[in-house]
Amino acid sequence: MSLYQSPEPLLTRVPVKTARLQPSSFYVSTRAISVLTLAVLLGGWWVVTALEWVEPLFLPPPSAVLEKAWLLMTKGYMDSTLWQHLGASLQRIGLALFFAVLTAIPVGIAIGHNRIARGIFDPLIEFYRPVPPLAYLPLIVIWCGIGEFSKVLLIYLAIFAPIAIATATGVRTVDSAKLRAAQSLGASRWQLIRHVILPSALPDILTGVRIGLGVGWSTLVAAELIAATSGLGFMVQSAAQFLVTDVVVLGILVIALIAFALEMGLRALQRKLVPWHGQNH
Amino acid sequence: MALLQLERISAQYPGAAEPVLSDISLTLGPQQLLVALGPSGSGKTSLLNLIAGFVAPSAGRITLDGVPVSGPSAERGVVFQDDALLPWQDVLANVAFGLELAGVPREKREAKARDMLALVDLAGFEKRRIWELSGGQKQRVGLARALAADPRVLLMDEPFGALDAFTREQMQELLLQVWQRSAKPVFLITHDIEEAVFLSTDLILLAPNPGHIVEHLKLDFGQRYSAGESARAIKSDPRFIETREHVLARVFSQRQGVREQRA
Repeated sequence: MSLYQSPEPLLTRVPVKTARLQPSSFYVSTRAISVLTLAVLLGGWWVVTALEWVEPLFLPPPSAVLEKAWLLMTKGYMDSTLWQHLGASLQRIGLALFFAVLTAIPVGIAIGHNRIARGIFDPLIEFYRPVPPLAYLPLIVIWCGIGEFSKVLLIYLAIFAPIAIATATGVRTVDSAKLRAAQSLGASRWQLIRHVILPSALPDILTGVRIGLGVGWSTLVAAELIAATSGLGFMVQSAAQFLVTDVVVLGILVIALIAFALEMGLRALQRKLVPWHGQNH
Repeated sequence: MALLQLERISAQYPGAAEPVLSDISLTLGPQQLLVALGPSGSGKTSLLNLIAGFVAPSAGRITLDGVPVSGPSAERGVVFQDDALLPWQDVLANVAFGLELAGVPREKREAKARDMLALVDLAGFEKRRIWELSGGQKQRVGLARALAADPRVLLMDEPFGALDAFTREQMQELLLQVWQRSAKPVFLITHDIEEAVFLSTDLILLAPNPGHIVEHLKLDFGQRYSAGESARAIKSDPRFIETREHVLARVFSQRQGVREQRA
């Protein structure tokens, strides 16, 4: 599963230095190319709609989407403003992430550290992890109703597995020399976990959180498409039923922006918390 | 003062037919620097792991001041071949780590760590990150960390094996100075013959299949260095060269023996 291997950053953090060595009349950085791509895409959208090649019903012009955004922010759609929809979605994923981190990390450490815990949790996690969350959403709805709790539970389950698996991998690959060094300095079992195992596994844990948050966000939006009265997914879904295409486009853009911001935030956190990662140590 | 005793130690890995070590008896006391020398496969590292308590012997007894060794503990400090420092801590916190584990308050343990860094010539490196250090500096931090926990015996697992020749000589001299000052018994393993002859007060030669002691030499070159003689003068002394050649011959004759056995 490539999904659970540590993902490489999509955008290179540093511009590739070697490219500068080649004498060239003009040099364009990778980031500039990415920005240019987006600009061309937006420009194309604007041209296509301004020349009325496409019906606004299928693709509204950027200006209409922006106007709608302003309207949604001030007056709202389906009894709630854009902020309230956004708040509802963020609250659900925030709660789920909080409880997933709180439980998945200890479970992951137990799986990586203890043979019996591995025997108990490994089959459970591997059994439910490959099942798409939407496949067991009906069961959760039957058991727990259609309230906030079932949505948070669904997202929690989606986030839990990647974090637990990544943590267990991190714990299992702790350098045994570091463990022995700590033991010969008098570390107890708990001190080993606190001072050696947890920091060693931190890069893997953060990678797990990144993957989990990605999966969780998709699950959240999908869950809101099915059963909700607020949230970004609900907003898009209900707008689609009335063919309010500009709201649909706006909702998709906001969803994408939030996912992008979450990912970037976590990468920044990773750089701050584990500066030794990748330092060839 | 500390007295480490090994009585008729054997060690065998689970599932292996041949033991890795058989019938090893040793005594290591204060003012002693015991070097175990042998080719790879002679069980040097296994011997160190036994003394450190990382593995249990299959037969025999290891005691420190009469108390049997059971598992790793802070009274037997270890310096590893690849430093094994913790990259999420700075240099000072690494050196103070043993004291932190023992619950010593921050100010006290940091003061002790500063003293130890000064002892290994790394004063001023307190706030450096581990990955900013050179190989020799890392090994010195590893040594300072082991010493800061004030172990009764210091165990060193090929501590200079990964260093270049120049740094290695500096580290050997540093070790002798530290050993002289702290007066702790040191157990060091190496496969470098000159290093073994130069450092040791007691040199044991190990032979493989299964690992056993073939010779136990009492030497004084390290003490001569501590008494003020220069390292170059000692290493060019005919007696040093003679000892080195003797040890070399012994190591080669074992190898020959092993080859003949196999043939």
